[in-house]
Amino acid sequence: MNPHIRVEHLYKVFGPRPQRALQAAHDGADRAEIQQRFGNVLAVDDVSFEVGRGELFVVMGLSGSGKSTVVRMLNHLIEPTAGSVEIDGQRVEDLEPAGLRRLRAQKMSMVFQHFALFPHRTVGQNAAYGLAVQGVDEPERSRRAGQALETVGLSGWADRYADELSGGMQQRVGLARALATDADILLMDEPFSALDPLIRRDMQDLLVKLQSEMHRTIVFITHDLNEAMRLGDRICVLKDGRVVQIGTGPEIIGDPANDYVAEFVADVDRSRVLTADLAMREPRRSFTPDAGPREVLDWLDEQEFNGVYVLGDDRRVLGVARDDRLARGIREGAAAIGDLLTQDYARASADTLLSDLAGLAAQHTVPIAVLDDDGRLLGVVPRARLLAALAGEEAHVDA
Amino acid sequence: MPELHAFVLADGLVPDLDVASWVNAGLGWLLDTFRPVFVLLRDVLAWGVGALEVAFAGPPFWVIVIAFTLIALATTGWKFALFTAFAFLFIESMGHFEATMLSLALVLVAALLSVVLGVPLGILAAKNAAASAAVRPLLDFMQTMPAFVYLLLAVLFFRIGVVPGVIASLLFSMPPAVRLTELGIRQVDPEVVEAAHAFGARPREVLTGVQLPLAMPSIMAGVNQVIMLALSMVVIAGMAGAGGLGGIIVEGITRLQFGRGFEGGLAVVILAIFLDRVTATLGSDQRSGRGLFPSLRRSEGLSTAP
Repeated sequence: MNPHIRVEHLYKVFGPRPQRALQAAHDGADRAEIQQRFGNVLAVDDVSFEVGRGELFVVMGLSGSGKSTVVRMLNHLIEPTAGSVEIDGQRVEDLEPAGLRRLRAQKMSMVFQHFALFPHRTVGQNAAYGLAVQGVDEPERSRRAGQALETVGLSGWADRYADELSGGMQQRVGLARALATDADILLMDEPFSALDPLIRRDMQDLLVKLQSEMHRTIVFITHDLNEAMRLGDRICVLKDGRVVQIGTGPEIIGDPANDYVAEFVADVDRSRVLTADLAMREPRRSFTPDAGPREVLDWLDEQEFNGVYVLGDDRRVLGVARDDRLARGIREGAAAIGDLLTQDYARASADTLLSDLAGLAAQHTVPIAVLDDDGRLLGVVPRARLLAALAGEEAHVDA
Repeated sequence: MPELHAFVLADGLVPDLDVASWVNAGLGWLLDTFRPVFVLLRDVLAWGVGALEVAFAGPPFWVIVIAFTLIALATTGWKFALFTAFAFLFIESMGHFEATMLSLALVLVAALLSVVLGVPLGILAAKNAAASAAVRPLLDFMQTMPAFVYLLLAVLFFRIGVVPGVIASLLFSMPPAVRLTELGIRQVDPEVVEAAHAFGARPREVLTGVQLPLAMPSIMAGVNQVIMLALSMVVIAGMAGAGGLGGIIVEGITRLQFGRGFEGGLAVVILAIFLDRVTATLGSDQRSGRGLFPSLRRSEGLSTAP
């Protein structure tokens, strides 16, 4: 599939005579060196990435990492010094001013950190701004703006002015303004950074919900790794204008590209990013239903386990053979463990978050079973392994 | 000290510049070359002031007093409306109503021209760093040059009468229109301007739809300043034979009729208070752009029903 947005070797040098500094950057000079030699600021240094249609792509970095410059070069609010941006295969550099305006009006809309609402217009007029610029006529314009406001939960507020609204509501207006044009690309420049933590959480939930319905292509800028992990299908980590790593949240946490990323991800709430498939392993041993209870109990005793999974054909889980049941079975003269199984075990799927596994692990004595959609056993997550994964150790603990 | 003068000249350290004769020569050339332009300008301005004067002084005085009272009521409040009514009746009682209206016409024409010329210049300066750098010293020059010099200049070009008064007032009062327009536009939140661009607005749409409305409080403060400065030139304009309140005051001075001069001064003060209060409310609404005609603004926009 063709990428929706393709960015290739993008550079931005601020300050006079950028070409010398650009040449130096091509020759490998870094930001500090260029600042010292030419006085120019190398804001973006050879950034390349692709964003697929419907993907939520997060560009993450601390302040000064060049992330806001990158997003503004996508719609040429800032002209790149070198490199290219392609939207749907169309090079943005090649567009005439009128074509660029059409691109901005119809294909990409933007949400800003400090909302950037028009204080002299009502909420409804703000939401309709993009449509007004496109020359959409009045009844149609209010209808679509009203729809967008409803989507973000602000129906009934259209006649108010923005400064009568709280911060979270103002950003909802910003979001409605971006949604109203039906642009298939959303550029979001730290949209939730200026909000209180609880409101930020609400807005993230809202975005996740909207995205699950709308499947827009979103480039989302943030300095908050937890936010990046929570929202991003993939994350691009920037440092000093350079791409350090691009990957999914679990990839970045599980396999940081360098010490910078590793240090960065040290603080992240791993339980909300990592999923069961990263913590699970093959069960030490499993039994078939025709095994004898004495044999199984002896093995459990030796391993100091309380129970073991019993699998049928094609690894379908039949149940758990637990020590107390086995002991009773032996007393009563049972021949095979098939009749002694209990269904009292915890089930999870490969994409269950570790935070959800933690609750399950506390309630059961046997490891959590990770099943596929047909009930086949993919692996088990013993409690010690779960704790190790949450603690951020390499998941090789013997449990 | 003629000796020192001779010494410096003899030494040739400082050249003897005859700026006055250069300026005179330059002005003479201008006058000769563009005489038809100045004549046309004079006629147009005289006609403009005359038309306004007819509008203000033509109807019976009570019509105007009622009109001003209503304006005061609409823009400020009933107390100020009451003051306005009594103040202008008082001017009529002193017998200076017609002169006041002539001065008002002069001030309004000068202020209108200041705004018409100054606001676009301010916009240009806000958009363009080079223009801004060029305009700033020019404005400093205009503001610090003594007002009498303008009058002299204006008389030279437009002879005696109301027109040199208008021109001198114009030159004297234009700087705040330029400065406060530039300042107002530069103070608009850059992210908001960026947002307009991000949604594909044309540069003109960004200017008229976002920057100017948001700069309006500052621009209106400029308009207020312009009017007050133009009014302060009224008396000086009287010296050029502009008539009106300036004429009365100058007459009072030259004939040593202090009482008459004081009456003219009182009328100027009343006119100043009226114009200041009425124009000060124009830009006072924080959510600029809807201070003037809120009902109009609302109806032009959306009545979004979900």
